[in-house]
Amino acid sequence: MTQAEATKQPVVSVENLHVRFVMRDATVAAVNGVSFTLEAGQVLGILGESGSGKSVTLRALMRLLPPARTRIEGRIRVAGHEIVAMDEAALREVRGTEIAMIFQEPMMALDPVFTIGAQIAETIVRHEGVSYDAANRRALELLEMVQIPSAARRLKAYPHEMSGGMRQRAMIALALSCRPYVLLADEPTTALDVTVQIQIILLLRKLQQELGMAVVFVTHDVGVAVEVADRIAVMYAGRFVEVGPTEAVIDSPAHPYTAALLTSTVLGSAFGKRLEAISGMPPDLRALPEGCSFAPRCRFSEDRCSASMPPEFAPTPERMTRCLRVAGREIDLGGPNLSERNTSRP
Amino acid sequence: MSVAKDAALLVGAPRSNARGKLGRSTVDTGTGELVGQTRPLLAVENLTKHFALKGGLLNRTKAVVQAVDGVSFDVQTGETLGIVGESGCGKSTTARLLMHLIPPDIGSIVFDGLVVGAAEGGLSHRDLHRQMQMVFQESYASLNPRLPLAMSIAFGPLVHGLAKPAALKRAMKLLEAVGLDPMLFANRYPHELSGGQRQRINIARALALEPRIVILDEAVSALDKSVEAQVLNLLVDLKAQFDLTYVFISHDLNVVRYISDRVMVMYLGKVVEIGPVDHLYRDPQHPYTQALLSAMPSMDPRRRTLKSPLTGDPPNPISPPSGCRFRTRCPFAEAVCETASPALLAPPGEELRAVACHMRVPGSGHSRAATVVSA
Amino acid sequence: MADVAVLPADPASAFKRAQQGKSYWRRVWERLRDDKVTLAVIGVLVMLLVMVVFAPWFTVHDPYTGSVLRRLKPVGTPGHWLGTDEVGRDLWARMVFGGRLSLLAGVVPVFLALLIGGFLGVAAGYAGGLVNSAIMRLTDVLYAFPSILLAIAITGILGSGLQNTILALTISFIPPIIRISESLTTQVRHLDFVEAARASGAGPLTIMRYHILNNVLGPILVYAASLISICIILAAGLSFLGLGVTPPSAEWGLMLNNLRQALWVSPLVAALPGVMIFITSMCFNLMSDGLRQAMDVRL
Repeated sequence: MTQAEATKQPVVSVENLHVRFVMRDATVAAVNGVSFTLEAGQVLGILGESGSGKSVTLRALMRLLPPARTRIEGRIRVAGHEIVAMDEAALREVRGTEIAMIFQEPMMALDPVFTIGAQIAETIVRHEGVSYDAANRRALELLEMVQIPSAARRLKAYPHEMSGGMRQRAMIALALSCRPYVLLADEPTTALDVTVQIQIILLLRKLQQELGMAVVFVTHDVGVAVEVADRIAVMYAGRFVEVGPTEAVIDSPAHPYTAALLTSTVLGSAFGKRLEAISGMPPDLRALPEGCSFAPRCRFSEDRCSASMPPEFAPTPERMTRCLRVAGREIDLGGPNLSERNTSRP
Repeated sequence: MSVAKDAALLVGAPRSNARGKLGRSTVDTGTGELVGQTRPLLAVENLTKHFALKGGLLNRTKAVVQAVDGVSFDVQTGETLGIVGESGCGKSTTARLLMHLIPPDIGSIVFDGLVVGAAEGGLSHRDLHRQMQMVFQESYASLNPRLPLAMSIAFGPLVHGLAKPAALKRAMKLLEAVGLDPMLFANRYPHELSGGQRQRINIARALALEPRIVILDEAVSALDKSVEAQVLNLLVDLKAQFDLTYVFISHDLNVVRYISDRVMVMYLGKVVEIGPVDHLYRDPQHPYTQALLSAMPSMDPRRRTLKSPLTGDPPNPISPPSGCRFRTRCPFAEAVCETASPALLAPPGEELRAVACHMRVPGSGHSRAATVVSA
Repeated sequence: MADVAVLPADPASAFKRAQQGKSYWRRVWERLRDDKVTLAVIGVLVMLLVMVVFAPWFTVHDPYTGSVLRRLKPVGTPGHWLGTDEVGRDLWARMVFGGRLSLLAGVVPVFLALLIGGFLGVAAGYAGGLVNSAIMRLTDVLYAFPSILLAIAITGILGSGLQNTILALTISFIPPIIRISESLTTQVRHLDFVEAARASGAGPLTIMRYHILNNVLGPILVYAASLISICIILAAGLSFLGLGVTPPSAEWGLMLNNLRQALWVSPLVAALPGVMIFITSMCFNLMSDGLRQAMDVRL
């Protein structure tokens, strides 16, 4: 893939992605027009709540969605491959080797009846064609790289014999075994204790820098996104409503949903005051209304917001927002100034 | 009441006194001073629960999970006590012990002066349930999928003898109180609701018996952040409206800080620190509390976390370390930590808090502890 | 906070007038409605039931009188559209009347096993501990015997006849029903809403009534429906072996035995009772499958 590096093409390029699920009584519009690019060595954090479409977007990058029910439109280019156009056999060669994924639940990736060492070695042998000896040695290196203590002993351990944090590390080792160019992370830290979560976050950061991977990291936790991502994309009802560098998005959000999300997050200094909760509920993806999907809940909305979907505005070259009023600079959302509110650090 | 005199009384005092001092007074959250002396609504003493893991041919006990070990604390009327800890710390087991869903091995629970389960003159379990209720974490199994929502809420009152029309009426009123239109929701089923709405039903169900104290076990953990804010606002409103006392259990330090008056930190079945929320968050005394707080993700992209405060996973409660259970991960562990288990004591000069750490007890033998001050 | 209208004075009627939600059973019914195969199968069974119950209206001849002159007439004989059996009785009449005993022997044992086994299984599942161990180990003992052997042994001891057949088959089907009831109850018992019910101070019987039964009854009934298809075959099998219904009663298995000798003479006629057994059993099987799929509603 040095070709792409040489031509400086983005490692991930998504154009106008639409994903629909056809169910027996309705069609769910899970992703409605998502476009972004990602360079090698960059981390994009997709921030959204449940039902926003973030996990579906991630899985679409590898086409890991149920083929019978899914309709994908748009163009997805990952590591030089046209994902939407490829057939299943070719995709299987790419998955796990050039694009890898880690999940919220490590048991989704780890087979309970094989030892960790065997699983990693098998993947390496199958994809890179080396001998089992060489693969085992590489498996040991990988376990040490993900900082599993007593790695040599752990090679022979089964997943159920390991704690949650270690299973997560083993899954990361498995994902990185074939040196992928792109790592897709679907809420890998959500189910972890806070002291384990920060270890995994630091580990992922370190590995990403060492291996120069592009990472797409999906999460619903603002703090995790801040720690991990270079750029943040905020997702709502199947669309990116805001994209930008992490600092910019956190300090001065360019979409009312982002601002509301940041202020409604419970932070220590809000003690005693009523939380500014976002009223209402997310829209039903089976019957998306015309116009801005956030308008019914937005305190700045006007009639024209509901008339048609706001297009993507770029207030600065690195940022994007889908808001008629912010982009037109009619309202200044200001920043919730989270950095000052982080007073809970001793 | 002289603060200095209390401090002198507390240093070196046996455990129950120290905790009792905290428990039997009300803390003025504005000034942080002790105000008056009132009987706690709930007094928990030396609660212990070990689970035997059985296996093998004859179902022999193979190992013992020391889920909760000698936990003691008080809950004052009208306050919110937050309980935080990671997996394996025993907070959920503590909740179930309080509700008497599982019987404790050792220990007593005293509710408003009455010993729970005592043969004479105590509070029966049935009566305890009328006074203390629990809100569970939202899940697909938190509500009976076959019952209409009003029936789920009315079930408790029905069990305690209320006639069906009266029970339904109470259910409808509670639906209203939690922000759901009774005419729209009373006859619906759990699968038709969103997570936040289901959690409101859970709360209504807990309030149906008109309890005085509500235990919230990870009540907002499964909800989206924006819904979490709505439900937290609701909980604060309901507390004022119905004059409730809360025990709020969560792993989310931010949420606990927002809603609690006092916070208790648990690790591997023991209480490691307890104190007023602001004091604890601004100046944590126990190394584990310090690690927990600094492990929270940074909200400032310019000041990202560079080093993890702890390594490894929380250990297994099956064979906890001897002495202080945190010593295997504590950066300040010494020989005394392996031999002696630290007692939960108020540090000198801070009678509102209690910490279980040798470093805070003068004369304990730890190099960082202060030497004993002669009287 | 929601905009709430003033609550009407009578809460019970208000509850009824509140917007009706879609209960689980209603969703099952909607899914079933779309399943053409299962509906067709249920239609066939209903038709069969009606014909069997109102047998005299559907038949012309008496199933018990035969004439040697009219032995083994083939299918399509005028007056006997399905032919006659080896003693000259009208086959159609014998099939329809025989259906009564066959269906009785097929359904009643499962129904009784459901009552007894269901009660024991749910009790074992809810109680846990020693009670559970006692009941389940007893079930294991009975399970060790293949059902047909158990049925043969019991009828061998007690003698043949419809009542003993039903008794034997009931005993054979109690263990599987205990197993499934216990397993389902154990699963439901640990769910949060049951814990919440216990936290309200409810006793075991109340909890079972409001929370356990309505969650386990559905799958148990579906399983029982699949057992009926087996029971029909077993009942017919017992009669075929001479251990069940005795002549001159009409019963499909018995008819199959009696017509065995006529297999080379009039194969179609001889096979008809077998076809009937097959069709009925298959229909119950398909129905239980369809019900199971309809009830597998994703919540």
